[in-house]
Amino acid sequence: MDPLEIARWQFGITTVYHFWMVPLTIGLGPIVALFNTLWVRTAKEQYLRMTKFWGKLYLINFILGVATGIVQEFQFGMAWSEYSRFVGDVFGAPLAMEALLAFFIESTFLGLWIFGWKRLPARIHLACLWIAVIGSVVSAYFIIVANSWMQHPVGVTMVDGRPQMTDAWAVFTNNTALVAFSHTIVGSLAVGGAFLLGIAWFHLWRRRQTGIDTVDDNGRVVVGEAGGDTGANRDACDYRVWFRSLRIGAWIAVIAFAGVAATGDIQGKLMFEQQPMKMASAEAACHSGTSFSVLSVGDLGSKDCDDVTNIVEIHGLLSFLAHGDFSTEVKGVNDLIPEYESAYGTTIPDDPKYGQRAGTTVDFVPVMEVTYWGFRLMIGFGALAAFAAAVALLITRKGTVPKSKWLMRLAVLGIAAPFIANSAGWIFTEMGRQPFVVAPNPDPSGVDGVFMFTAAAVSPGVSFAEVLVSLIVLTLVYGLLMVVELKLLTRYVRSGVASAMPELVHQPDPDAKKDDDVLAFAY
Amino acid sequence: MEFLPTVWFILIAVLWTGYLFLEGFDLGVGMFMKLVARNEQERRLLLNTIGPVWDGNEVWLITAAGATFAAFPLWYASLFSGLYLPMLLVLLALIFRAVSIEYRGKINSSSWRARWDWGLSLGSLFAAFGVGMALAITTTGLPLNANGDRVGGPFSWFSWYAVLGGLAVVGFCLAHAAFFISLKTDGEMRHRARGFALRLLPLLLLPLIGWAVAVQLQSGKPAGLALIVVAVAAAAICWARSRAGREGQAFAAQAIFLLGVTGSIFSNVYPVVLPSTLDPANSLTVGSAAASDYTLGLMSIVACFGVPLVLAYQSWTYWVFRKRLKIESIPEPHSLPAAV
Ligand code: HDD
Ligand code: HEM
Ligand code: HEM
Repeated sequence: MDPLEIARWQFGITTVYHFWMVPLTIGLGPIVALFNTLWVRTAKEQYLRMTKFWGKLYLINFILGVATGIVQEFQFGMAWSEYSRFVGDVFGAPLAMEALLAFFIESTFLGLWIFGWKRLPARIHLACLWIAVIGSVVSAYFIIVANSWMQHPVGVTMVDGRPQMTDAWAVFTNNTALVAFSHTIVGSLAVGGAFLLGIAWFHLWRRRQTGIDTVDDNGRVVVGEAGGDTGANRDACDYRVWFRSLRIGAWIAVIAFAGVAATGDIQGKLMFEQQPMKMASAEAACHSGTSFSVLSVGDLGSKDCDDVTNIVEIHGLLSFLAHGDFSTEVKGVNDLIPEYESAYGTTIPDDPKYGQRAGTTVDFVPVMEVTYWGFRLMIGFGALAAFAAAVALLITRKGTVPKSKWLMRLAVLGIAAPFIANSAGWIFTEMGRQPFVVAPNPDPSGVDGVFMFTAAAVSPGVSFAEVLVSLIVLTLVYGLLMVVELKLLTRYVRSGVASAMPELVHQPDPDAKKDDDVLAFAY
Repeated sequence: MEFLPTVWFILIAVLWTGYLFLEGFDLGVGMFMKLVARNEQERRLLLNTIGPVWDGNEVWLITAAGATFAAFPLWYASLFSGLYLPMLLVLLALIFRAVSIEYRGKINSSSWRARWDWGLSLGSLFAAFGVGMALAITTTGLPLNANGDRVGGPFSWFSWYAVLGGLAVVGFCLAHAAFFISLKTDGEMRHRARGFALRLLPLLLLPLIGWAVAVQLQSGKPAGLALIVVAVAAAAICWARSRAGREGQAFAAQAIFLLGVTGSIFSNVYPVVLPSTLDPANSLTVGSAAASDYTLGLMSIVACFGVPLVLAYQSWTYWVFRKRLKIESIPEPHSLPAAV
C-alpha cells in the first residue's frame, strides 16, 4: 500500500498538534515578561504573583512544544526525503538558522529564568525572560520563512532540475513570509489573551460564588478577603491579580483580532495573486465572478463544481477581498483548471521512484470542504473570540464578573476559540496548497518551473508499514500527553496563585533549612 | 578538495561532538536516576544538577540535524529516511525524557514520580542508544541505491556496528555522567559517582574505542590512528586524575578523550558522509551531498557569528550555576494546595 496518504496524515497531525503549544508559548511569553517587568519596576505584590502564576502555566505548556518540535525537525528527512533532496538548498537554511539563532537562545535563557530567581540580580533575571521570549518570536520568523517558500518560492534558479538559492535576501524577505509571520504572531497573541481572560474569569467567579467578593447597589465590586488557612491565596491582592489579568487579556484579544484581520486581508490579496486556485476554492468560487459566498451548499467535495450552489452571496465582496475594488472579476476554479493543466502537466512524472504514483493523473482542485470551511472557521472563531472579549470588557467594567455559572463556563470554553481559529488557518493554508507541496506561482511573482507535487515528495525507500507504525505510535503518545498536560494545567489553575507560590499557604516550617544554598526553584 | 563542504563537514562533526559532550551527561544522569540514586532526595539532587541546562544541550542535536539538512541535504534525506525506525525510537525517547524532567515534580505523589522516573531513565537510555546507532551507521553504511534510498526493508540498516555504536554512546554517557556528578555535587553522591566511574570506566569506554577501531580498520588514515592513541591515553589520565580526587582535571581529560574519538572517526570516514554497502558508487560524499556554495557561504557567515555567541552564553549559564549541589540545597517538594 501507498505510504503517501499515511505520511500526509502524520505530518498534518504532528504539526497541528505542535501548533497548539506554539501559539500559547508565543502569546503568553510576552505577557509573562510584561508582568515581570511591572513587578521589577513597581515592586507591587500582585505583579509578582501574576508573573509566577502565568509563568508556571507557560512552562508546563512550553515543554510540550519542545518535545513535539523535535519531531518536526526530523520528519522532513524521515518521511519526505525526496522533498528534502529537492528543496534542500534553500529550505534547510532557515531551519538550521532557527536552531542556531533561536532555539539555543530560547532554551538557554528560559533555563536561566526558571532557576535564576534570587540567584541573578532582578534586572538580569528579567532580561533573561525577555531574551527567551524574543527567541520564540525569532523562531517563528525562521520557520515561517521556510513555510512561505513552499507557498511562494522565490530567490532561486533551477539547476539540474533542482532549485538553487541565488538570492537569500529574496528568501528572507519573501512578502508571503513577512505577512504570514505578522499574522501568526497576532494570532498567537489572541490565544494568550483568551487564555488569561478565561482563567481569570473563573477565579473572579469563584471569589464571588464563595462570597469573598460582593457587589454594592450600583453593581460595583466590594473586594473581600477570605480568612482561615486559604487566607493569603484569597486576599485582596489575589483579587487584583485576577482582575488585572482579565482586563489585560481581554484587551489583548480584541486588539489582536484587529491585527489578524488587517494582516489576513493582505495575505488574502497576496494569495489571490500567488495561488489563485487556493483562494478560488476557499470561496467555492467555481465560476469567475465578483461575489463572495457567505453560505454554499451542495457537494463541495464532489470536485464537480457545478454541484455547488451559493445560497447567500455578497456581490462585489470577492473582488474587494482579492483586489480592493468591487468589480474586477476573480477567476473561478473551472477556469483555472485548464491554466494549471497547461502549465504543470496533467500527470505525475513517469519515474520509477514514484512507485505506483508514477504517471497518475493530477487533480488540481484541493479538497473544497476543507478550504471553504477552514477559511470560515478561522475567521469565525477569531471573530467570536474577539466579540466575547469585547463583551467581557463591558460586563466587567464595574470591577468583577457576574455570579452566573454559565457565563463562567462560556469564558473558560472561549479559550478554545482562538486555538481552533489557528488550526483552521493552517489546515486551510496547507491543504489549499495541494496537490503541490511546493506551490508554483503564476508569473510574474513565481520563478518558472519551481514546483513539486506532494505525491513526488514522499520518501521512496520507506515502506507503508514504517509510516503506519510511526503514525499510530506518535498519535497515541500525543494523545496521552495531551491528557497529562490538560490535567496538570487544570490542577494548577484550580489551585490559584498558590500553585506557583506555595509560600502563600504553607507557613514556613520553623525548623526548615535556612541555608543560603537552598535553591529558589528545584525540580 | 571542496573547500566549503569540507568546512561544513568539520562543523557538523563539531556539532555532534558538542552534543555528545553536553547532552552526554544529561542522558547519563537520566539513567542514573534508576541506576545510582537510592532514594527520592538523591533523585532530586541528580535531576537538579542538569535542571537549568538540559534543554539548551538538547538543541545541539536539533542544530546538528538542521545543519545537516542545510549543508548536506542528500545526507540528511538518506540518513533520516533510511533509519526511519531508529529515528522514531530516538524521537519517542526524547519526548518522554523531556516531559518527564519537567512534569515529575509537578505533582507531589510517589506513584506519579515513579512513573516519570521510568520515562526519564528509559528515555535517556533509548535516546543515547538510538543516536549511537545512527552515528555508527553514518560511518559504516547502509544499503543505498543510486537515488540514495535504502533498499531491503525497514530493518536492512541493521548491523552489529549499529549495536556497537549504540552501546558506545550509552557507555560514554554513563561514564561522563559519573564525572559530571562528582564535579557538580557534594556529599555522599559525589563519592559514589566517583567510585562508579573508577570501577567501570574501562568497561564503559570500551565500545566507543571499539567503534573507532572498527572505522580505523575499514578506512584508516594515520591521523585517525594517532587520535585513537590520544584518546586512549586521555582515558587513562582521566581515570588516574579521578582516583587522585582531581575531579575537574578528570572531566577535562574526558573531554579530550571524546575529541580524540570523534576526531578519529570523522577524519577517517572523510570524504564519505554515508557509505552505501551495496555499491561504493552510491555512497554519499562531502562533494556529492552538499548544498551549493552560495548556501554554504550564507550558512558560514551565520555560523561565524552564531556559534561563538551560543558558546558564550551557554558558558555563562554554567558559570551562573557553578555551585555544587548537596541534598541540603534541595527545597521541600512542591505540593499543590487544595483547589479553590
Ligand atoms: C487566531 C487565529 C486567526 C484568526 C482570527 C485569523 N487567522 Fe488567518 N490564519 C491564521 C490564524 C488566524 C494562521 C493559523 O496563523 C494562518 C495559517 C498560515 C498563516 O500564515 O497563518 C492563517 C492563514 C490565513 C490565510 C492563508 C494564507 C496562506 O494560504 O498562506 C489567509 C488568507 C488568512 N489567514 C486571512 C485571514 C483573515 C482575512 C482573517 C480575518 C479576520 C483571519 N485570517 C483571521
Ligand atoms: C515551516 C512550517 C511548515 C512546513 C515546512 C510544512 C510543510 C508541510 C509538508 C512537507 C507537508 C506534507 C505534504 C502535504 O501533504 O501537504 C505538510 C502538510 C501539512 N501541514 Fe504543513 N508545514 C508547516 C507548517 C505547518 C503548520 C504550523 C501546520 C498546522 C498547524 C501545518 C499543517 C499541515 C497539514 C494539516 C498538512 C496536511 C495537508 C494534507 O495532507 O493535505 N503545517 N506541511
Ligand atoms: C513544520 C515545521 C516546524 C519545525 C521543523 C519546528 C521545529 C521545532 C523544534 C525542533 C522545536 C524544539 C525547540 C527546543 O528544543 O527548544 C520547536 C519548538 C518551537 N517551535 Fe516549532 N517547528 C515547526 C513549526 C513551527 C511553527 C510554524 C512555529 C511558529 C509559528 C513554531 C514555533 C516554535 C516555537 C515558538 C517553539 C518553542 C517551544 C514551544 O513551542 O513551546 N514551530 N519547533
